[in-house]
Amino acid sequence: MAKITFDGIEVEVPDGTTILNAARTIGGSIVPPAMCYYTPLKGSGGKCRACLVRVAAGSAKDPRPMPKLVASCVTPVQDGMVVENTTSQQVLDVRKGIVEMLLINHPLDCPVCDQAGECDLQNFAFEHGVSTTRYEEERRTFDKIDIGPLIQLHMTRCILCYRCVYTADQLTEQRVHGVLGRGDAAEIGTYIENIIDNEFSGNVIDVCPVGALTDKTFRFKQRVWFTKPVNAHRQCENPKCCGKVVLWYKGKDVMRVTARKDQYGEVKEWICNTCRFDKKETADWTIEGPAHIDRSSVISANHYELPVLNAQVIADLPESSVRDLEQNPPMRLGN
Amino acid sequence: MQSLSNRAKKLEAKPMTLAERAYLPAIFQGLSITMRHFFRAATKKQVTVRYPEEQRPFSPIFRGLHVLKRDEIGRERCTACGLCAVACPAEAITMVAGERKKGEENLYREEKYAVSYEINMLRCIFCGLCEEACPKAAVYLQADKMAPPRFERDEFIYGKDRLVEPVSPDARSKRGIQLTPEQAAALAQRMAQPDFK
Repeated sequence: MAKITFDGIEVEVPDGTTILNAARTIGGSIVPPAMCYYTPLKGSGGKCRACLVRVAAGSAKDPRPMPKLVASCVTPVQDGMVVENTTSQQVLDVRKGIVEMLLINHPLDCPVCDQAGECDLQNFAFEHGVSTTRYEEERRTFDKIDIGPLIQLHMTRCILCYRCVYTADQLTEQRVHGVLGRGDAAEIGTYIENIIDNEFSGNVIDVCPVGALTDKTFRFKQRVWFTKPVNAHRQCENPKCCGKVVLWYKGKDVMRVTARKDQYGEVKEWICNTCRFDKKETADWTIEGPAHIDRSSVISANHYELPVLNAQVIADLPESSVRDLEQNPPMRLGN
Repeated sequence: MQSLSNRAKKLEAKPMTLAERAYLPAIFQGLSITMRHFFRAATKKQVTVRYPEEQRPFSPIFRGLHVLKRDEIGRERCTACGLCAVACPAEAITMVAGERKKGEENLYREEKYAVSYEINMLRCIFCGLCEEACPKAAVYLQADKMAPPRFERDEFIYGKDRLVEPVSPDARSKRGIQLTPEQAAALAQRMAQPDFK
């Protein structure tokens, strides 16, 4: 076990845990943002630099600060480490620079993009970036590549986080999808424009932090903030598919199906393409209730969830209604 | 009956005086006020306007009927991003987005466009939040036009046919459609009419 101090909060975590995961055990607003790190994908992280933190003391044995800011998602903790994230002005300034760097080649076509409203880059830039750009040169463009009838690839929006590549590598047997080219010319693609027709290929849509890989069957159908997310499940024939999803409703129609994401936007249980693209009827699913949406998200406008049991409210209620609440407790959120 | 609150005020009808009972002095007093206004209207500034022919000036910051703007070469600016609809406190705006096809590049500015765009003028409170939310400078509230009164409710749901700005003669020429000077003048005259669509 290693004891570290993160933003003045002491936390004890097993050896080998990364700084980012140690911060996530504390939780709340001190957790560094992550654009490329994805817990279920082995080898992910260390690419986008969004999670840079300052290590003020390397360890108990060698308390010198680390000379440069380190990527918290790939740096393991050491006993006695002191880490600064929101308490260091240097980290906050550098994060502004990271936003600027990630947005250099980003087309900023959010009004057109289907990811807008649930985009990690949009949230990251909104929280940490500046509203102007100093970039005057022409932005990177690509020839359009059609990667099949289910997934839409927009290479201009890609920030090269490699999440989709790891997903394709680790989830599917045949690797047909990878990074071509180097440096500024690097792009996500498939050799000889191979059509991705794997049962789990749809998961690259969920792991993509930006709108580079989006659901083609949902393309331009509806803005995400006009749809209502509802948790649902079904008995899927595919043994690797968990069958637990979020259905996004507009009125009575299921506009799209996605896997469930946790508070850090990570999918823990993958779903197959049958669940994602073919089961778009309410009759196919068992509805569990409204999915949890963060209050800070634009999707939470007009989104209602089940009431939470609140001790103070209950203390103010008349005795008869408290008895009624105890007999029929409302469901708790987030499970 | 005893009053419940003790706040009831007792009213007494006083007997009328002789002048009041005579009736005519009160009539003449009232008529004199009427006649004073009658002659003032004929000689001094009028307090009414002759409405359809004459209109009161609008304030320069008046927010009236919406318009969906076109860009300098006559393409629709709206990309159906939905920000106006989410900003709208009255939920008056609905839209359906569509993908631009090949060959429609001179009609729509972006890859995505509004196939239908509707504003319910009965719901709209003309607050201008849609104008503020629009990232493409597409929707504006005009300072000189109002939604005119109609008889049927469904006539207040303004679709793209009534919201999109007409193509200006110069935008047509930029798109390669040449108009003769007479045609341009006739078009400009037609566009100036209030019922132009």
